[in-house]
Amino acid sequence: MRTMKKLTAVLAASTLALAGCAASDPLDTDDGDNGGDNPGAITIGSADFAESQILASIYALALTDAGIEVEERSNIGSREVYMLALQDGSIDLVPEYVGALLRYVDTESTETELEDVLPALDEHLPEGIVYLEPSDAANSNALAVTADTADEYGLETFSDVTPHAGEWSIGGPPEWEQRQNGIVGLRDVYGMEFNEFVALDAGGPLSLSALENGQVEVANIFTTNPVLAEGGIVALEDDESLFAVENVTPVGSEEALSQEAIDVLNSISEQLTTEHLIELNQLSDDGAPIEQIARDWIDENLS
Amino acid sequence: MLEYLLDPANWSGSGGIGMRIAEHLLYTFITMAIAALIAMPLGILIGVSGRGEAFIAGIANALRALPTLGLLILIVMLVAPLIANRLAFAVPAIIVLVLLAVPPILTGTYSGIQNADRDAVQAARGMGFTTLQILFRVQLPIALPLIMSGLRGSLLQVVSTATVAAFVSLGGLGRFIIDGRANQDYPQMFAGAIVVAAVALGLELFFILLERIVVSPGLQRRTKTSFAPAAAG
Repeated sequence: MRTMKKLTAVLAASTLALAGCAASDPLDTDDGDNGGDNPGAITIGSADFAESQILASIYALALTDAGIEVEERSNIGSREVYMLALQDGSIDLVPEYVGALLRYVDTESTETELEDVLPALDEHLPEGIVYLEPSDAANSNALAVTADTADEYGLETFSDVTPHAGEWSIGGPPEWEQRQNGIVGLRDVYGMEFNEFVALDAGGPLSLSALENGQVEVANIFTTNPVLAEGGIVALEDDESLFAVENVTPVGSEEALSQEAIDVLNSISEQLTTEHLIELNQLSDDGAPIEQIARDWIDENLS
Repeated sequence: MLEYLLDPANWSGSGGIGMRIAEHLLYTFITMAIAALIAMPLGILIGVSGRGEAFIAGIANALRALPTLGLLILIVMLVAPLIANRLAFAVPAIIVLVLLAVPPILTGTYSGIQNADRDAVQAARGMGFTTLQILFRVQLPIALPLIMSGLRGSLLQVVSTATVAAFVSLGGLGRFIIDGRANQDYPQMFAGAIVVAAVALGLELFFILLERIVVSPGLQRRTKTSFAPAAAG
C-alpha cells in the first residue's frame, strides 16, 4: 500500500508539472482583467510548488475578506523569475522563506540565524522591496533517517550522525555534492565524511524510497514534508545550525502595501505554524483544491 | 566551453571522463546483450512462423512510446523494496534501456527473415535442407543486413538514453549533464553532451565496419548484383 501511495504521489507530481506547463504565461500583461494593471489591487504571485501557492491563496483570501482588492498570479516559477516580476511591478506580493531569499539576494551570505539573516536582508533587498514580520512557521533543510535507524543508534541531532557517517550513504539532490548548503557544509561544520553520496532528489519520491528501503541511511528532506508526520521517517535537529532558518514571510513592494494590508498579512504570519505547513502540504498531496485548503485554514485560524 | 574537455584533470580519476565513458559503455553493452538475447530469438520465431507479427509489433511500438524517465522512476519505486543495496537503481536503469532496445532489433529480425527471397528458400528446401538448415544457412544470412541495422538503431538509442541512469544516482556520461545542470556548470553539461555524441558516432563507425565484415558481399549495397535490392529491402 505504501508503494501505491508513493506511485500516486509521483503521478500527482507529474500531473502538477504538466499543469504548470499548460498554464498560460502568468506574467502576460495583455490579459485585461487579470493583470497588474488595476492600480488599486495588490497582485499576489507564488512560486511553482504547492506550499507557496497555498500561502499565496491564504494571503489573497484574507486580504479580500478585509475588503482589500487583490489579483492572483499563482505558480509563476522559481525565485529567479518571481523576484524579477516583483521588481518590475508585475506582482506586488509573494510568500517567501527568509534564508533562501537571503542566499538569492546575496549569494555570498553565510548567516543562518533569524537575528542575523534579517539585518542582512535589510541590507541586500532591492530598493522598494520589503519583508514583513516573519512567521514562526518555517520549512528548512534537514537530514532524515528512518525511525528504526534513529532508535537503533539513538539519533536526535545532526551531530549524532557524525560517528556513523563513515559507514553510511547519504541521498540528496545532485547539487548537494558541491554545496556549502549540503555535503561540503556537513563535512566542514559537523565533520561528517559519508561513505558515499547518492545523487537522487531533494526529499522527493526517490530519496524517500531509498531511505525506507535501505539504499541510503540518511537523506536530505524539507521539514514540512508530510511524510514526517507519519512517523516512519524522522528529521534530525540541525544542532550546529548549518542550514539557514527558513521562516515564512510575506515579501512585497513597499508602495503597493497599505498599512491595512500589512496588518492582515501580519495577523496571518502570527497564526501560522510549521505544523500548519505540514498539514497544508498533506491536504494538497491528498488532492484538495488549493483555494479550499486556504479557506479552511483562514476559517480555523483567523476568525 | 571546450575548456572542460581540454583540462586533463577532468579526464582521470573515479569521476573523470574516462571512467564515465567506461561506465556508459558498460551499461550500453549489458543492455544490448540482454536485448539481443530477448529480441533475436523472438524475432526469428515470428519471422519463421509468420505468426504474432501484428501483436508483437504492436507491443514493441507501444514500448517505444513509453517515456523513459518516468518509467525509470516508476520501476525504481517498484524494485527498491526488493533489493536493499544500490542494485536497486542499476536494475531499473537496465530494464528501461532494454525496453527501449528490444523493438528495433525485433523488427529488424522478423522483417529480415520474412523478406528473405522466397526463391532462395524454396530452392534450399528443394535441395533437401531441413527447416533449421534453411534458417541458419539461408534465411538468417539473407536477413543479416536488416538485423544489423536493427541492432545499430537500437545501440544508438541506448547510448544516447543511457544518460538517464545518472538521474537515479548511477554513473555514466549522464552524470556530467545532471550534475552540470544542478550546479549551473554549463561547460560541464556541454562537455557531457559532446562526449555522448562522440561515443555514439564512434560506435556507429564500429558497426559500419562490422557490417562489412559479417554481411555476405553479395548482400551489400556496394556490390552490384541483382540480388541486393530484394534482400536489403
